[in-house]
Amino acid sequence: MKVLLDIQALKTPRGIVATIVVLLCGLMPIIAPAIGESFYVDVFARTMIWAIAAVSLNLIMGYGGMISFGHAAFFGIGAYTIGILAFHGVTSAWVQWPVALILSALVGLVFGAISLRTKGVYFIMITLALAQMLYFLSVSAQRYGSDDGLTINDRSDFGIGFFNLDDDLTLYYLIFAVLLLCVYVSWRIVNSPFGMVVRGAKSNDNRMQALGYPTTRYKLTAFVIAGVMCGMAGVLDANLEEFVSPDALNWPRSGEMIFMVVLGGMGSLFGPVTGAVVFWLLQDFLANWRGFIGDHWAIIFGPFLILVVLFARGGIHGLVDRLFSRKGGAQ
Amino acid sequence: MTGVQDPLASMLSAESLIKNFGGIVATDSLSFDVAQGEIHAIIGPNGAGKTTLISQLSGTLMPDGGQIRFDGSDITRMTAPQRARRGLARSFQITSIFKDFSALDNVVLAIQAHRGHSFRFWRPVVDDLSLRDPARAVLEEVGLGARADVLAGNLAHGEQRQLEIAMAIASEPKMLLLDEPMAGMGPEESERMTAYLRSIKGRYTMLLVEHDMDAVFALADTITVLVYGRAIASGPPDTIRANAEVRAAYLGED
Ligand SMILES: Nc1ncnc2c1ncn2[C@@H]1O[C@H](COP(=O)(O)OP(=O)(O)OP(=O)(O)O)[C@@H](O)[C@H]1O
Ligand SMILES: [Mg+2]
Repeated sequence: MKVLLDIQALKTPRGIVATIVVLLCGLMPIIAPAIGESFYVDVFARTMIWAIAAVSLNLIMGYGGMISFGHAAFFGIGAYTIGILAFHGVTSAWVQWPVALILSALVGLVFGAISLRTKGVYFIMITLALAQMLYFLSVSAQRYGSDDGLTINDRSDFGIGFFNLDDDLTLYYLIFAVLLLCVYVSWRIVNSPFGMVVRGAKSNDNRMQALGYPTTRYKLTAFVIAGVMCGMAGVLDANLEEFVSPDALNWPRSGEMIFMVVLGGMGSLFGPVTGAVVFWLLQDFLANWRGFIGDHWAIIFGPFLILVVLFARGGIHGLVDRLFSRKGGAQ
Repeated sequence: MTGVQDPLASMLSAESLIKNFGGIVATDSLSFDVAQGEIHAIIGPNGAGKTTLISQLSGTLMPDGGQIRFDGSDITRMTAPQRARRGLARSFQITSIFKDFSALDNVVLAIQAHRGHSFRFWRPVVDDLSLRDPARAVLEEVGLGARADVLAGNLAHGEQRQLEIAMAIASEPKMLLLDEPMAGMGPEESERMTAYLRSIKGRYTMLLVEHDMDAVFALADTITVLVYGRAIASGPPDTIRANAEVRAAYLGED
């Protein structure tokens, strides 16, 4: 794990938070049974999948300034590809996974090419509209369960004896590995020449063009990469839940992804992972509260999210940085 | 024409350029010629259409009519990035930099733009000395060497103007389009900028838009006077200074 993370960065406050989150995810299959709350393994598997989606969204939103309100579309494409192929008896991962990722890329290319003609609020609305089109398509697909969704009888089959996704622990650590890989890939991309161009376009698109960069091409490529990464999250989700429904690509899901990114810290590499973990744990915690709060957890959760957006600029990672530096200044 | 250092050869020419904004004629059948190696100044009152002209030359605005030739080819229909990569660089009247990048990274971006495509996804830019060393040299040259690691947004106004120029020259373009490089500078800073522009005279062909008349008359080989998008006079500094129409329209009692 240390190979993947910058040793120097580990000493910073946000590095410490990231380390704790990684350890929590990596050790949950041991921690949860030890404290008698085994269901937390499931909670964390789900959380990590959403973290992958949030990391992918952060790539375009945090680093590229492209606020997509339709990112769940890719999650849905990934999940439905697995579901529909399994429905037709195709369970080999070697077929399912490439098809899911290629479809995500193609849809990313089309959606990106359309929405990148616009900016600001229009970009948000168009990404939302395009994703909702897919949502309605999934609702109207009677063959695949419409509103009721599609049960997946068999998880993806890699045809490798010891690597069997039917084993929950194997699936858990596959999700964990994919999450770490996505964070690592994002880190490479963000600091590469390509990443510099995307960040430059977020900072000042006109200047980038005046310098000689056809920025739209670069932003479109980033959009496709993020789409594929989110499609991967959908692939894992279909395997974990053994079920997919139109909810997976409906707009509240896209909104939740945005919240996770903002909550953790937009434009910080590990922020979205922290955001996803806090998002799910808090929701889980509030929903399980007995009485009034448990029944109406959204009453607390909603305002909390708004407070974070308003006051915790840079999200949790930004907050941790500021708390730490204030302490340092007092000494 | 390429490669031959013929001082009379034209580097950039505009022919019957027209640009309208609704009812306003911002560029009115404008024709002019910038010879290789010269500094060609464009002066004129506020709203004369100087920035609009630079934007059409650099490709940010498409003209409604006319033709632009640069370095031997017709660039009228080319996009801004295409023109930039051909060696036509510009600076902005209203400072346009990457505020959340360090001064050095601003220049790195400018240089990287001319190193082929940037569809390279893996190797960190920080490790690329072939970008950072020349970027440092450029900052050194414009007098920002000591400020390389400061966030561009935290630089003083004058320093941001220097960075603006640094980004324009970083790619070693064939020609510079400078939109009021001295805008908002104090007299001392202006003098330093003038001295710097004189020091790079001949290295780049320049189209210079500037309100600072001391700088213009000190630097320009040719001056074109723009009023309501129209060139009312064009010629060497002495001729322009003596021109009665120009004095009435623009220079006043100067
Ligand atoms: N995008 C635009 N839309 C409408 N009108 C515009 C636009 N840009 C410029 N104009 C108008 O065109 C005219 C020329 O403007 P421009 O900015 O080119 O003048 P300028 O010579 O650069 O002035 P200054 O010395 O103040 O910089 C002005 O009347 C201005 O109001
Ligand atoms: Mg102007």
